[in-house]
Amino acid sequence: MNSIRRTIRPEQIREFILVLLIFAAILFFGSQIENYYQPRTFTRIASSVAILVVVAVGQTLVVLMRNIDLSVGSIVGFTAYFVGRAIVNNPELSPLSIVLLAMLMGGILGLVNGIIIAYGRVPAIITTLGTLAIYRSLLVQFSDAQTIITSALPEWLVNLPQVNAFAIGEWELKLIVLIALVIVVIFQLVVTYLPWGRRLYAIGSNPDAAAMSGLPVTRMTVSAYTLCGALSGLAGFLFLARFGNITVVAAQGMELQVVAAVVVGGINIFGGTGSMFGALLGTVLIATLEQSLLRWRIVSEFWRDALLGLLILLAVATDSVILSRLRAFWARGGVEQVQIEN
Amino acid sequence: MTRKLLSWEALLLFILIVVVLINVNLSPFYLGLNNQINLFQLSIEKIIVALAMTLIIINAEIDLSVASVMGLAACTLAYLHAHEQPFVLSLAVSLLIGAAAGAFNGFWVAYAGLPSLVVTLAGLIGYRGLALVLLEDESIGGFPEWFNQVGQQGLMGSVPFSLLLFGLGVVVVWVVLQRSENGRYIYVIGNSADVARYSGVNVKRVKMALFVASGLVSALAGILLAARLGAVRGSTAQGFELDIITMVLLGGVSIFGGSGTLTGVVLSILIILNLRNGLSLVNISGNTQTGIIGLLLILSVLIPNWLASAQSWWARRQESAAQVSG
Repeated sequence: MNSIRRTIRPEQIREFILVLLIFAAILFFGSQIENYYQPRTFTRIASSVAILVVVAVGQTLVVLMRNIDLSVGSIVGFTAYFVGRAIVNNPELSPLSIVLLAMLMGGILGLVNGIIIAYGRVPAIITTLGTLAIYRSLLVQFSDAQTIITSALPEWLVNLPQVNAFAIGEWELKLIVLIALVIVVIFQLVVTYLPWGRRLYAIGSNPDAAAMSGLPVTRMTVSAYTLCGALSGLAGFLFLARFGNITVVAAQGMELQVVAAVVVGGINIFGGTGSMFGALLGTVLIATLEQSLLRWRIVSEFWRDALLGLLILLAVATDSVILSRLRAFWARGGVEQVQIEN
Repeated sequence: MTRKLLSWEALLLFILIVVVLINVNLSPFYLGLNNQINLFQLSIEKIIVALAMTLIIINAEIDLSVASVMGLAACTLAYLHAHEQPFVLSLAVSLLIGAAAGAFNGFWVAYAGLPSLVVTLAGLIGYRGLALVLLEDESIGGFPEWFNQVGQQGLMGSVPFSLLLFGLGVVVVWVVLQRSENGRYIYVIGNSADVARYSGVNVKRVKMALFVASGLVSALAGILLAARLGAVRGSTAQGFELDIITMVLLGGVSIFGGSGTLTGVVLSILIILNLRNGLSLVNISGNTQTGIIGLLLILSVLIPNWLASAQSWWARRQESAAQVSG
C-alpha cells in the first residue's frame, strides 16, 4: 500500500478516473448511436477539442493562482472577428503574421484584465465579468453590423482545418489538433519545471504566504492573464479558420464551457492544484458529450447545457469530498512512513 | 469630516444628481412622471433580484444563477400554460421551481461547503439548460389578459404595480437587514463565518434561507418579465446577472462580504436606471450601454480601492509630518 502511495498521487487517480469516464461515455454513445465508431466522429470531437483546449490551457494558468477569467469567450470572438477583417483587408499577410496578430490582440485584452486585477486590486470575478461585457460591446460597436464570410477569406485559411498532420488509413490527425496538443504539452512542462510555473501553484495555494515570501504576485498575475489572453487570441484564430463565418456573437458563452472543462479536469477553483493534462481530459469529456448528444435521438440536444451544469457540480463535489479524503489518507501514510524510518 | 465627505453613499448621491442634470438638459420629457415610472417598469425584474442579491453578497456569497432561474421560471410557466394547465397552478409551480433551484444551490453551498461561485456558475449553465429543454427553440405567449396587464400597466390606479413592488421590496430588505436578528447575522457571517459559528449562529440555516429567497425572488422576477414581454423563449433574461451584480456592487456592498447598506444599493439602482435612460436619449445602443455597465462594475470596486489607498497614504504623510515637526 505504501509503495502505491509513494508512486502515485491522488490527483493522478482522479485523472485516471476521468479517462475511464471518457471511455465509458464513448462506449455508451457507441451502443446508442448508429455508426458512431467512425473516424469522422472522432475527427469532429478532436476539432472542437482543439479550439476549446487552447483556451482551457490559458484558463488553467489563471485558475491555478486562484483567479478566474470569464472574459475569454469575448476575447475569442473579438480576435476571430478582427483578425478576420484584417485578413479580408490585407489578403497578402503571411500566415505567421496573422497568428502573431491574433495572439497580440488577445494578449493586450488579457493584459488589461491583469492590470486591473493586480494593480487595481479588483477581484478577478468582478473584473472579468465586466470585461466580458466590455470586449463584446467593443466588438459590436466597431463591427458596423457586418459579418466576416468564408468566401472573403484566403484559401489557405479556409482549408487549414482540413489539413492533416498525418493519417493512417481513415484515421487522421488534423494539423490544428496537433498544434493544440503541442500547446498542452508545452504548458504542462512550463508549469512542472519552470520557476514561473511553480510560482503559479505557490500563489494559488496561499497568496498571502507567497507574497510574504517575496514572490512577485502582481507581476505574476499580469503575466498569467496576458498569456491567457494571448492563448484565447490564438483560439480566436483557430475559431476563424474552422467556422469562416464570424458574426458579432461568435464564441459567446464559450467561457462557461472552458471553466466547466477546467473544473471537470480537476483544477481546483481555489488554486494550487491541477495540471494541463487534466484540463485536456476535461475538455475531451465535455466535447465528447457535446458532439455525441447532437446525434443521440432519444434525448434532445437541448439537454446539453443542463448536463454540463450537473457535470460541473458533480466534479466539484467529488473533489471536495473524495479527493480531500484521499489526500488526508496519503498524508497520514507519509507520517507513518517517517515514523517507521525513524 | 473627511471621512464623511468620502462616504460612498454621498458620492453616489452626487453621481445621481449629475446624471439627472445631464438628462434634464438632454430631453424636456425626461423629468415627466411617465418617463420616470417607465424607468421602473422596464427594469423592475432586475431591481427586485438585486435587492435579494444584496443580502447574498453581504453574506460573502454570490449567486450567478439568478438570470437562469428567471428564465427557467418563465419557461416553466409558458410550458405549463402551453400544455393547458390551470394558469394559477402554473404560476405556483413556477415559483416553486425557483425556490427549489435556490434550495439546490443553497444545499451545495451551505451543507456541502462548496464555493458559491462554482455552484451558481453550474446553476447558471444548468438552469438555463433546463429552460432550453422545456421550450427548445419555440417562443410561447398567449397568456391571460389580466396577466399581461400586470406587466404592462398600473394595477392600483395611479401608482404603478412595479413602483409598489420596488417600495415593498426595499421595506422588506430594510426590515430584514436592520430590524431582525437573522438580518444582523447576515453581516456577522459575511465578516467571518467562523466567528459567527463559534458564537452560536446557525450559519448553514441562514445561508440556505438566503439562497432559497434568491431563487424565489428570481422566479417572481422571471414571471414578471414574462408578463411584461407577453412571450417567453429559452433565452429570456439571459445575461441579466451583469446588471444585477453591478447594481449591488456599485451600491457599495463589498464583494468580500460583511459590509454594505441598503441606501447605497437603492441609490445605485436609481443611477443605473437614469444612466441607461440618458444613454437611450442620446441614441446610444443597448449593446454599448451593456459595455458601459461593465465598465461601471469594474470602477465601482476600483475607485473605493483607490480612495482607500489614497486615504492611507494621506494618513501616513500626516503621521510622518507630525514626527518631523515633533
